[in-house]
Amino acid sequence: MTDHGTGLDTRQGPPPGDADAGQVGAKERSASLWADAWRELYRNPVFIISSVMVLAVLSMAAFPSLWTDTDPERCLLAQGFEGPSAAHVFGTTVQGCDMYSHVIYGARPSIIIAVFVTAAVTLIGCVTGILAGFYGGWTDTIVSRVTDIFLGLPLIVGALVFLALLADRNIWSVSLVLIVLSWPTITRIMRGSVISVKAQDFVEAARALGASNPSIIVRHILPNSIAPVIVLATLYLGVFVSAEATLTFLGVGLEVPEISWGITISEGQLIAVNQSVPHLLVFPCAALILTVLSFILMGDAMRDALDPRGR
Amino acid sequence: MSATGATEDRIDRVGVDGRRPRAAKTGLESLGFDDSAPLLEVEDLQVEFRTREGVAHAVNGATFSVAEGETLGILGESGCGKSVTAQAIMGILDSPPAFIAGGRVVLRGVDVLTLPEASRRLVRADRVAIVFQDALSSLNPVFTVGYQLGELFRRHRGYSRADARKEAVGLLDLVGIPAAAQRVTDFPHQFSGGMRQRVMIAMSLALDPDVLIADEPTTALDVTVQAQIMRLLADLQQERNMGLILITHDMGVVADVADKICVMYAGRIVERADVHSIYRDPRHPYTKALLQSIPRIDLKGQQLASIEGLPPTLTKLPGGCSFNPRCYLARDRCRHDEPPLYAIGGGRESACHFYEEVPEK
Repeated sequence: MTDHGTGLDTRQGPPPGDADAGQVGAKERSASLWADAWRELYRNPVFIISSVMVLAVLSMAAFPSLWTDTDPERCLLAQGFEGPSAAHVFGTTVQGCDMYSHVIYGARPSIIIAVFVTAAVTLIGCVTGILAGFYGGWTDTIVSRVTDIFLGLPLIVGALVFLALLADRNIWSVSLVLIVLSWPTITRIMRGSVISVKAQDFVEAARALGASNPSIIVRHILPNSIAPVIVLATLYLGVFVSAEATLTFLGVGLEVPEISWGITISEGQLIAVNQSVPHLLVFPCAALILTVLSFILMGDAMRDALDPRGR
Repeated sequence: MSATGATEDRIDRVGVDGRRPRAAKTGLESLGFDDSAPLLEVEDLQVEFRTREGVAHAVNGATFSVAEGETLGILGESGCGKSVTAQAIMGILDSPPAFIAGGRVVLRGVDVLTLPEASRRLVRADRVAIVFQDALSSLNPVFTVGYQLGELFRRHRGYSRADARKEAVGLLDLVGIPAAAQRVTDFPHQFSGGMRQRVMIAMSLALDPDVLIADEPTTALDVTVQAQIMRLLADLQQERNMGLILITHDMGVVADVADKICVMYAGRIVERADVHSIYRDPRHPYTKALLQSIPRIDLKGQQLASIEGLPPTLTKLPGGCSFNPRCYLARDRCRHDEPPLYAIGGGRESACHFYEEVPEK
């Protein structure tokens, strides 16, 4: 299915001056799992579209001034919840601020939390998963029982309880709670993946060739077992964006004067319904949904590319 | 890892006979290997599997030796302890559940079973190496073949990337991979099964081991490729004067190559002889049955002989001789009295009370 290129090559025969080319099969693509996955990805329109959207959101988070000149904190209460106009293309918020600049600036906390939490849980999950899966025995028992305990706590409900206890909530406290509650899933995936890779012959072969445990882990276990974790991590980016918005909406996440999609949605909800001014919800919700959707589509595309059984 | 002595000899490493001077054995000098001592002697090796169902004696008192340039064939059906013996010599048993319960593995005068794991690791690949059965999965799919070969030189010898790569090309060439210089950058899945087994042989020979263990090296390959690989192994062994332990269940594979044969059954060596006498005149009912179950073209149309029953469960060995439930010679004595390895003349040994009767029936 992915061999169109090589089929052409053999018909053309070996290029002149390359005596060995015929013998080695016209020097076909040198490809590993990762190179195959990459080729699969850049041909997949879903991946292209979702990664363009992800890049757009990331640039909003990193450089909001590229997207808008309007100061999101310059608000006139008298101009509250006006509909879209030439001056305010997305209308204004409940507090009379520019909605467009709020949507742009609101990306930052969501993205910081999503990226930071995902990086942290991936790191923690990989380390604990490798320890449990590779060494087994009591290490595995301890790690597995601890993950069992944490997996019993539902993400949003658990976060709600923990955050409600905190007096001072900001990006870092929300991140911390999300990290504490979600690393065990990665650990589980990694552990299972490591156990299946560990049983493969090339690990025993490496040991027979005098490789030490750390070198086996780094060279053989990690590169062959990380793929499912990368997929899950990409999906998690979307999950954490929505988790932040959900917690903020419920009043236990970020707080004003922070600008975030969750806050904008939460402020707008009553008035949007009562006064029938839908733009208060439409624009921040659309930003949130598109962001989550693009991360999840990206994760799906990566899963298709990295899971050879899907091919 | 120490790079001492690694640099000066690298230029003409692949010399006439492909051997590297002994000085290049980095980090191993202090372990006391004596190159004038016998190559490999395994004495009364005992390996147990401690399982929930009880203790299984996977290897029970194996004793054999291999000298330079000599090929020892270890024969037996699945689960008889052949591969466990190999893993015990290499020190790569999965423990738990496997434990070495006794015996010695003396390599060049050093009992490697007593070495700490860190030193043991240096011995692997450098003094004794192994080629596994399934070459298809013995290479890491995410790295190029050249990288995996070169890594051995970088790790054990402290070579630079460029030098390691040169060595890798030389080795691929040595094991007969065409266009080696181009193929070093290929990934394992781009090689055929036979070529991958050649790569595995190259890896096991990379550091010029004294002993090579080939654990069913051709089982996963088709017949024509099997013959090529066996020839390659035999040639390289002669060239380098290595000791070769060839583990197989296929009596046809060892016949051409081996000098002497150990037949294992249920963790014990049941017959030991040089290769010619064992094929001509087996002295253990099990060996005889194995020989009779080789398909022969002149017996076409007849039912192929097979050994009745299954190998015993190692946790529940029958009393007396382990082979007695399947043996056509079995009588009361065999059910109570475990036969020792009788010396039966001509340097041969057989663990059968009635070895004299074996040729008659």
